[in-house]
Amino acid sequence: MYQYNGFDTAFLKERNLQFRDQVRRRISGALSEEEFKPLRLMNGLYLQLHAYMLRVAIPYGTLNSAQMTALASIAEKWDKGYGHFTTRQNIQFNWPKLQDVPDILDALAEVEMHAIQTSGNTIRNVTADHFAGAAADEIEDPRPYAELLRQWSTDHPEFQFMPRKFKIAVSGSAKDRAVTRAHDIGLLLKKRGAEIGFEVIIGGGLGRTPMIGKTLCEFLPKSDLLPYVEAIVSVWNLLGRRDNKYKSRIKITVHEKGLQEIQRLVLKRFSELRPQFKGQDQTLLNALKKAFATPAWIDTPTTTFHENYATYQNFKSWVDINTSPHRNNDYAIATVSLKTPGQTPGDASSAQMRVVAQLAKTYSHDELRISHAQNIVLPHVHKSHLFALYNGLYPAGLATANAGLISDIIACPGMDYCALATARSIPVAQEIALRFKALKLEHDIGPLQIKISGCINACGHHHVGHIGILGLDRAGVENYQITLGGDATETATIGERAGPGFDASTIVSAIERVVFTYLDLRLSNLETFLETFRRVGAPPFKAALYPDASEGKNAA
Amino acid sequence: MDVIVTDSGFSADTWSDETTLSFASETDPENLTLPKAIQRVVITFPNFADGRGFTLARLLRLRGYTGILRAKGPIISDQYAMARRSGFDEIAISQAQALRQPEKDWLFRSNWTAHSYQSRLQASS
Repeated sequence: MYQYNGFDTAFLKERNLQFRDQVRRRISGALSEEEFKPLRLMNGLYLQLHAYMLRVAIPYGTLNSAQMTALASIAEKWDKGYGHFTTRQNIQFNWPKLQDVPDILDALAEVEMHAIQTSGNTIRNVTADHFAGAAADEIEDPRPYAELLRQWSTDHPEFQFMPRKFKIAVSGSAKDRAVTRAHDIGLLLKKRGAEIGFEVIIGGGLGRTPMIGKTLCEFLPKSDLLPYVEAIVSVWNLLGRRDNKYKSRIKITVHEKGLQEIQRLVLKRFSELRPQFKGQDQTLLNALKKAFATPAWIDTPTTTFHENYATYQNFKSWVDINTSPHRNNDYAIATVSLKTPGQTPGDASSAQMRVVAQLAKTYSHDELRISHAQNIVLPHVHKSHLFALYNGLYPAGLATANAGLISDIIACPGMDYCALATARSIPVAQEIALRFKALKLEHDIGPLQIKISGCINACGHHHVGHIGILGLDRAGVENYQITLGGDATETATIGERAGPGFDASTIVSAIERVVFTYLDLRLSNLETFLETFRRVGAPPFKAALYPDASEGKNAA
Repeated sequence: MDVIVTDSGFSADTWSDETTLSFASETDPENLTLPKAIQRVVITFPNFADGRGFTLARLLRLRGYTGILRAKGPIISDQYAMARRSGFDEIAISQAQALRQPEKDWLFRSNWTAHSYQSRLQASS
């Protein structure tokens, strides 16, 4: 993975000095809260319901054991002993004190981490496939490009006071695990003959007007990446609406101006910007590719793995559900679930972070990933180590075999933490997970992604959940709306609203009815929920949700 | 009377209106055209949260403007480096602002050529 050089270290040191001074001026009153706000946001510091919240960047979701251990220490020293992993591969600390934040940033800098541009009207963390560099189906590792974009976007002089936030995701596989089609810019590595380049997608986004992104450029040569992306952001910086923050994102700009007009403007800007990139970015890119070279694979027999797999049912179950095919046949990608039923989805205690850091150091070539599904991934585990890994995870409560299953719920922090929320999301996630665990149906149901958002901003990605739940406030009472058939992958789809919402006491049984309808209608246990939904459509599910709706009445 | 901020700190404004051309932040880049004789251009910022002026400045420089480029408005000292890197030579702030953001705050950011990822990436290989 990428290691800082002298320039990066010096940059971060200076940046932290600047922020320390900004905090000093805020506390002294030289900066008003209005002036301080964008400055603290561009250093990752939010103000939430109960306290400040610090969002630390985990660039493209990659970190090593030293970094994970540092996050554990920070949680212990300056927070309440836990952190929350997010749908953009970052980590959030919910309880830092303002005067401690400069020290936290210095502690992060010690392990080459930061909280730069994780908030504010800036270019945010560039996310990537959490299986990058490991997946069997990968065309090329997207992370060198993500790191190149990270450097290009860091402290960019033009792009720190934009109309709104700007989010970029990169995928290196035809299987889109990075939700690229719901980003302002999605970059898909693809082959054209012998050449590899990018399909550039723009204007995807969730929130109150969810949209699947559109292809702006079918095939962009790699060497054009930075000037082309800069052209898009530059055009939008001037065009994006500043009068109405709900209409600022580029998805609205594309909707209002039309894709062709945006293409015209981008190409024009690109022609002005292209000559500014004289080759050093490509030289750096080549150095980055070396930094992301595959680890030195070990070569030992996997016989004990097969024996243990045949002998221990729980281990077999965990391997079947939580591991994914690796480019090296003797290896596996292991998902460490942070979704134990009853726990807060995506949260890990300091103790758990330390355990998984040590296990990664020993068994995963010292590398970890954070997925947008709020789980931890150990990307490079030799099969002979899987049993020891499993036995190391189990006592720490990290061996739940539910990756991609119904209890592997994505949930935003919701009203328990977030000032923007209209409903609580965590209790709903906990209840659903516990209910289906008690019913012992999880494995039978198979892959089913539930995603819960506690407000219309959709940080829980509910629009692209197979089942989405949106928590709203209706006359002071929590009201949960269900969407069906959403998809976050390369067949991206916005879920369809099922009908009127349910209150907190009936939402879980409503979800049950949806799931039982699927179990009734599926052709076999090989047909997933999403496949069944796409085959039969919404009507049977709506009928199950609203049995009292009269015939002909439009439940949507 | 505005206070002018440069790398060496505060100074008095010596410009008069006749010699300058002024662009608002909402200027369409297609309309960013300059008669060759113009050597003093101002881009006005309506508020510090509106970063369009930085892109306009950059475009002016890309299109060959070599005269003095001034950013005018309630810009805060923490934006000084952004302004200089985008192509502005100086910033014009009000007297009241200069009181709240003393010279030392601006000088703190006067090392704007250092630590620039973008300059690194646009260098020749």
